[in-house]
Amino acid sequence: MSALQIERREFLKLSVGAGGGLLIGFWHSGASKLAFAEERPESAFMPNAFLRIGTDERVTVIVNHSEMGQGVYTALPMLLAEELDADWKKVGYESAPVDPKYNHPVFGMQITGGSSSVWSGFEQYRNAGAAARAMLIAAAAQQWNTDPATLRTESGVVVDGTNRKLSYGQLAEAAAKMPPPANVTLKDSKQFKLIGTPVKRLDTAEKINGKAVFGIDVKNSGMLTAVVARAPVFGAKVKSFDDSRARTMPGVRKIAEVPSGVAVVADSFWQAKVARDALNIDWDEGEMRAFSTSQMIQQFREQAKSPGTSVRRDGDPDAALSQATQKIEAVYEVPYLSHLMMEPLNCTVDLRADSCEIWTGTQFQTVDRAAAAKVAGLPNEKVQIHTTFLGGGFGRRATPQSDFVVEAVHVAKAAGFPVKVVWTREDDMQGGWYRPAFLHAIVGGVDASGNPVSWRSRLVGQSIMAGTPFEGMMKGKEYDPASVEGVDDLPYDIPNLAVESHNAKVGVPVQWWRSVGHSHTGFATECFMDELAALTRKDPYQFRRALLTKHPRHLAVLDLAAEKAGWGKPVPEGRGRGIAVHFAFGSYNAQVAEVSVTEGKVRVHRIVSAVDCGRYVNPGIIAAQLEGGAIFAASAALFQELTFENGRLQQTNFHTFPVMRMNECPEIETHIVESNEKSGGIGEPGVPCTAPAIANAVFAATGKRIRKLPIRMTEAV
Amino acid sequence: MISFSVNRQHVNLDVDPSTPLLWVLRENLGLTGTKYGCGMAQCGACTVHLNGEAIRSCVAPVSRVEGKEVTTIEGLSSDLSHPLQRAWLAEDVPQCGYCQSGQLMSAAVLLRDKPQPSAEDIDQAMTGNICRCGTYPRIRKAIYRAAGMMSTVGAK
Repeated sequence: MSALQIERREFLKLSVGAGGGLLIGFWHSGASKLAFAEERPESAFMPNAFLRIGTDERVTVIVNHSEMGQGVYTALPMLLAEELDADWKKVGYESAPVDPKYNHPVFGMQITGGSSSVWSGFEQYRNAGAAARAMLIAAAAQQWNTDPATLRTESGVVVDGTNRKLSYGQLAEAAAKMPPPANVTLKDSKQFKLIGTPVKRLDTAEKINGKAVFGIDVKNSGMLTAVVARAPVFGAKVKSFDDSRARTMPGVRKIAEVPSGVAVVADSFWQAKVARDALNIDWDEGEMRAFSTSQMIQQFREQAKSPGTSVRRDGDPDAALSQATQKIEAVYEVPYLSHLMMEPLNCTVDLRADSCEIWTGTQFQTVDRAAAAKVAGLPNEKVQIHTTFLGGGFGRRATPQSDFVVEAVHVAKAAGFPVKVVWTREDDMQGGWYRPAFLHAIVGGVDASGNPVSWRSRLVGQSIMAGTPFEGMMKGKEYDPASVEGVDDLPYDIPNLAVESHNAKVGVPVQWWRSVGHSHTGFATECFMDELAALTRKDPYQFRRALLTKHPRHLAVLDLAAEKAGWGKPVPEGRGRGIAVHFAFGSYNAQVAEVSVTEGKVRVHRIVSAVDCGRYVNPGIIAAQLEGGAIFAASAALFQELTFENGRLQQTNFHTFPVMRMNECPEIETHIVESNEKSGGIGEPGVPCTAPAIANAVFAATGKRIRKLPIRMTEAV
Repeated sequence: MISFSVNRQHVNLDVDPSTPLLWVLRENLGLTGTKYGCGMAQCGACTVHLNGEAIRSCVAPVSRVEGKEVTTIEGLSSDLSHPLQRAWLAEDVPQCGYCQSGQLMSAAVLLRDKPQPSAEDIDQAMTGNICRCGTYPRIRKAIYRAAGMMSTVGAK
């Protein structure tokens, strides 16, 4: 069924229910001050699930993806407004409720992830706008008793041949009575007025005056706040607890064991937190009590000595290696990482006998709703999720097990009150679902002319999909595609290539972290390419170029980044330049980093990032995502590592898991390749190249190779 | 009972004096524009002004503000007219937006003290404010832009 046919079906449903209950289910918003997609008296025209037009001229676009910084509350309204010919100054946004009509058209559920919001909405939102425009034109034609084909639209009005005008607000009520069009014609890209322009974000005002409501800001009447004492070791269970002191503390209303630990429910966050600190819990620490990451990495190194599950095999890498003129081996290691969103996890739940209302910043509405319904003992449709602004997501708020939502429903059940569960920064960092640690053992060989003839990558790390409802995505493979993405499609022209995967079984909960597998495959492959270039005494940029002749889009971003960075021109005294190129989430990115190293400390001075993300919607947001992606990745490359000893995470807060700060931030230049190809992603593709570009620049500056993140010059080789 | 002023309004509160100002602002006064990020003065999301100086409200017990004046993001301007807010709009600074209240409150003190800040001044004033989305390059540009606006209107 095509997207347009689905639209048709929605239209029919709507025309039946015209004037009542488009988006209203069992639930009615009560105390919440949040604006959600529900019928409003002024909303005269609701042609489909994505749009309302009021008699007051307001055009409200209902956005089925979560706003976590990536700009979907602007980019998706731009798509719809383009085809509607709306007056952009009248366009606003609302977060969609959970409903199958808001499912991701490709993933089949409501989710924000995989850098997919814009490409998946590209037709969906334009169709919604074009259909509404046709109905507005039909309404005007009826009013003027004229042929609709003689009418045109511009900036929120329908205009006839004599320049008579009717505004969308004036037409809204009449348009609601028009039949939906059987089909619509979308604009040719040459006619675009909004798409492709750096329109300012719609959500900036409320993010700079304190009005934007994030999950942690939700306040409902009668709501209490809870803090949970969670296991100090993954898998540990409460044996017993003593709350004799805590329960006498001011404001404390309830202390109860929940599956994840012991919940303290109080009138305020601070009272709950202070009382939690006064709990005395005896834990059965379980199998992970002796876990240490240093031992784990030793095991990974051992595992990498034997062949793994074959992911890709071209030619005969072993024979080619034995005949190679020169060989090189390198082992790259990356640690567990926290997503560390600025807004720590939180979830508000109002659980009633026959309904459950949830307010949270989530990336995963469909899965969270089903998980919450199960705990609440209610059918899915009796659970509603209000998606607030997300104070960062980076993958953590799309948890297949819905950990922070499920827990909050348990707490609400135990409390008997509406409750907001707030995680402290320490809780958030220690709560698991990290980017998995990975080891890449790579061996390569070149022939007498310096051309690579053999490459074998062997990866060791935990699967994200295994053991989750998404295990099906492994499709009978014995490896997790999310582990090997970015190396399984290595683009370089190397005739003999092997990629092998070892799935490590470790009890640390792991999850997608901005750019997922690419966050480590980009680092390992692009650093190794640099090592091969050095082995053959070739310029690392030209070395890559020569092996990418069949990949023009890789070449274009590589050339653009190199040119803009002044590759080949003298670098300032004491600095080195490094380069990397990578394809991820439908987009191509290349970066050049310029660094210096002083007394063992790496300083990144400049990053030039070039992207080809196909046809694009808002170049201002694309630049922001590339800037942010590079800074996110540089933080990890320079500073970040989660380590365990005796089963306990050693890092707790920003002082032990640092984030790049203003004084450390390089100059960042971004460039976009003009392209008419299908849209790719932008939230994640700007991440993978940063670490290898920096590491390769360190080599250029010092002659030392970085094979382990975060970069420590004492560990360079 | 603790008395102080918030955004030029006098408040009297019956609250445990050891409670951090952050939670009093957010929970007792409903001023949720000031954010919790770390609870240990590491990230700056909770930055407010106490008698005109930037402080981290997550580690300031409310007893410390007795008789003093607190300004939060809600009090920076009532209509987005502060030069920094106008510059933030012009440079499209925020991504997720969670840290931006703190960023703005730190930048406001910087521009009051140094109307024409150098790059080093910006580093010094803004390094205590973490942005996980990586809006630093735009924050820097917006501060320069606001400084230009302030100098043209002769503001201090």
